[in-house]
Amino acid sequence: MTVYLFIVLGVLAVLSALMVVFTKNPIHSILYLVLTFFAIAGEYVLLNAQFLAIVNIIVYAGAIMVLFLFVVMLLNLNKETEPHKSMLRKLIAVVAAGLLMVVLVGSLKGASNMSIQPFSHNTGLIENLGTVLFNDFLLPFEVSAILFLAAMVGAVMLGKKDIK
Amino acid sequence: MTDLKAIPLDWYILLSSILFCIGIMGVLFRRNAIIIFMSIELMLNAVNLLLVAFSAYHNDAAGQVFVFFTMAVAAAEIAVGLAILIVVYRNTKSTDIDVLNRLKG
Amino acid sequence: MNQYAALIPFFPLAGFVIIGLMNTKLPKNVAAILACGMLLISFCLSLGVFMNISGQSNEVQLAPWISVGSFSASFTFLLDPLSSIFLMIITGVGFLIHVYSVGYMHDDEKHNIFFAYLNLFVFFMLILVLASSYLLMFVGWEGVGLCSYLLIGFWFKNKSYNDAAKKAFVMNRIGDLGFLLGIILLFITFGSSDYHIIFPKAQGFMSGDGMITAITLLLFVGAIGKSAQIPLYTWLPDAMAGPTPVSALIHAATMVTAGIYMVARSGILYALAPVSMFVVALIGVVTAVFAASIALTQNDIKKVLAYSTVSQLGYMFLGLGVGAFSASVFHVMTHAFFKALLFLGAGSVIHGLAGEQDIRNMGGLRKKLPITFLTFLVATFAIAGIPPFSGFFSKDEILAHAFTSNKLFWVLGVIGSMMTAFYMFRLLFLTFYGTYRGNEHKVHAHESPKVMTIPLIILAILSTIGGFVGVPESLGGSSQISHFLDPVFKPAQDKMMLLEGSSSVSEVALMGITVAVVLASILLAWYLYISRKRVPAAEGARLPALQNLSYHKYYIDEIYTALITKPLDKLSEFFKNIVDNKLIDGIVNLSGKATEAVSDLMRFVQTGNVDFYLLAMVIGIACILFFKLM
Repeated sequence: MTVYLFIVLGVLAVLSALMVVFTKNPIHSILYLVLTFFAIAGEYVLLNAQFLAIVNIIVYAGAIMVLFLFVVMLLNLNKETEPHKSMLRKLIAVVAAGLLMVVLVGSLKGASNMSIQPFSHNTGLIENLGTVLFNDFLLPFEVSAILFLAAMVGAVMLGKKDIK
Repeated sequence: MTDLKAIPLDWYILLSSILFCIGIMGVLFRRNAIIIFMSIELMLNAVNLLLVAFSAYHNDAAGQVFVFFTMAVAAAEIAVGLAILIVVYRNTKSTDIDVLNRLKG
Repeated sequence: MNQYAALIPFFPLAGFVIIGLMNTKLPKNVAAILACGMLLISFCLSLGVFMNISGQSNEVQLAPWISVGSFSASFTFLLDPLSSIFLMIITGVGFLIHVYSVGYMHDDEKHNIFFAYLNLFVFFMLILVLASSYLLMFVGWEGVGLCSYLLIGFWFKNKSYNDAAKKAFVMNRIGDLGFLLGIILLFITFGSSDYHIIFPKAQGFMSGDGMITAITLLLFVGAIGKSAQIPLYTWLPDAMAGPTPVSALIHAATMVTAGIYMVARSGILYALAPVSMFVVALIGVVTAVFAASIALTQNDIKKVLAYSTVSQLGYMFLGLGVGAFSASVFHVMTHAFFKALLFLGAGSVIHGLAGEQDIRNMGGLRKKLPITFLTFLVATFAIAGIPPFSGFFSKDEILAHAFTSNKLFWVLGVIGSMMTAFYMFRLLFLTFYGTYRGNEHKVHAHESPKVMTIPLIILAILSTIGGFVGVPESLGGSSQISHFLDPVFKPAQDKMMLLEGSSSVSEVALMGITVAVVLASILLAWYLYISRKRVPAAEGARLPALQNLSYHKYYIDEIYTALITKPLDKLSEFFKNIVDNKLIDGIVNLSGKATEAVSDLMRFVQTGNVDFYLLAMVIGIACILFFKLM
């Protein structure tokens, strides 16, 4: 049952990811990307990381993708205006990516042989994550707040109409 | 809830590698800056997936906390990146990255 | 007294610093008084040291200097009879020269800086003689080299003067290298460069030890350079380019006596190396005769004196070489008196004749410069060795020792002193007797001011009576100076085991021979230049072969130019044109060009397309991972 779920979700993720790349209309790309994120969130659930699954949907599918949509709408890019690259360069892109994948898979093969701990149901639960986050990673957590502030200031500054 | 042993870790590695490379392909394949941006998000998600998988199999919550931080950084990055994109569009009336070749030596 | 003695060199240094820093802000007479005053204080202190020395030697430690590993050196001064005599000569004669310079340099635009240099010169010379280690002596040694360069090239706007300064510096440098190597060898052999460690240790060595011979020969190379012996003497005659007081200072009180001092100081080492002793004596006597023979035909008043200095220095080395250390030091002293006097007298003549140096344009100055003439006469008697003037006693003591050591040296020495008498009286007669040959209307010969003549008179008195401190036993004297110096040279004398062969009767006989020969050559000079009124031929006239050879200084400068300078020039030319311009520049340019070419090629990679960069990055990552896989 789990295995089938994994396969279905995996295939869904890969296919929709491919559609993100190959669809001509940016709006469609965004929608396919949302689908991919949902599939990945499903995989998180399979891995017993419910909290991250929810966060993934809220942050990525909810917030970030909406932001993308906004931009596309604002810039009026929802037409197939994009000039296409030459076939040769497309071929090169596909070959390079495929090459990288082969090498990547090859080099990551050994990673699964590391000692695997007995499975615990608690790992991905929000209670456990919160304990770790606010004990071991308190400082990075606070620093990320500063990061957000900086990003916000940057975004506002860049988005202003008249940059002196 | 689920029996993890039914799915080998290798499968997750394979899946995230595929997703990552699709992201890379997207970056190389398209000229529209927004699509490229989305491909980068895809790559980030592939990495996140791998982190969660390792975290679950190693029974270590730190990996999932990392994913949490990755999302935070990604959100900040998107905010700034899209702002830059808008500025670029304002200046060139296009999101085609081939137009941006000022770095030519 | 000794603790004050350490201050002796620092008064001239203070003078140098003050005058040097203030330079033109200081009024001329203030600078002059300051410079002379500093030296006078030093002289008084030296006198105090000299009075109190009474044979023993004291070390005054001033400050630690270098301390590296097992090696250590400190600023320590050594006060013993030898250094105290040199202190007296340097500060005393130096002071008189300073006073004289006040008059001589009065109208020079660089008046103040001149006195600063003079003070610095004296400072370094004092360091040299006061040093208690070879290392510290080397500091003074280099310092006087520097000052001689500055002073010889004092009128640096004249190119030939500049060349003379460079020549002096380079020649000294060759000698300095030998000296430095000698010090290093000393350090290797004895583990120190301090006298009080080396000399006692050296007494344990066998006579004729190879290492000692090497050390002493190398040290002597240094002395050759500094004291202008064959083959490195050519700088000294050229050093006449400097103002005349500088010549006096270099020739009489400082600089050239450094080599004598160093060899005398290392007496114990030389005593252990008979080969070195023989070399020293041989070079000394050959130089004495050789330089004297050149002086016979020179027409420049200062050149004659310069070659006479080289010749007299040869006598001193002859004395050192035959083991007559105290006689040599005695001669240094008397020579300082009469040579300073001669130079200052010559300076007075030049001053009186508004810069004229050629004796062919002089003559009959006896009446116009009476004080200069009288003092010059005294000095001439002294250098010629006529009793009872000072030069007689010191030179004859050296010759007497030479006689007991090697008869040939004595014969050469007598020939040398015969020539000395001849050229000195030739100079005297041509300058002061006869009729004036220069342009009477253009130049009004006049006696120098008092500030110049008084030092002359003092030096004349010293030249006259200076010899009485060393009257040998054979003439009823007590040879005080050698007794005074005995504590210093005793170990060396013991090692040499001098054969006290010559009885006092033969010593008197030797003196008789010398004096007779000297008088004969004076008569010859009288006959040629007074009776026959002969005047040296004008420039470019044909001369008899031997005279021609002597007049052109045996073409030594030309030979050096042809043998050493020219090939070195050629070599430099080769290095400049081929090695530097072609090879080294080529390599440098090649690396630049190669970078440029590669950059030109790499330029095409910089397309400016972001996706191209990304592609390159992806391929790069793939490659790195691939290599990791392998």
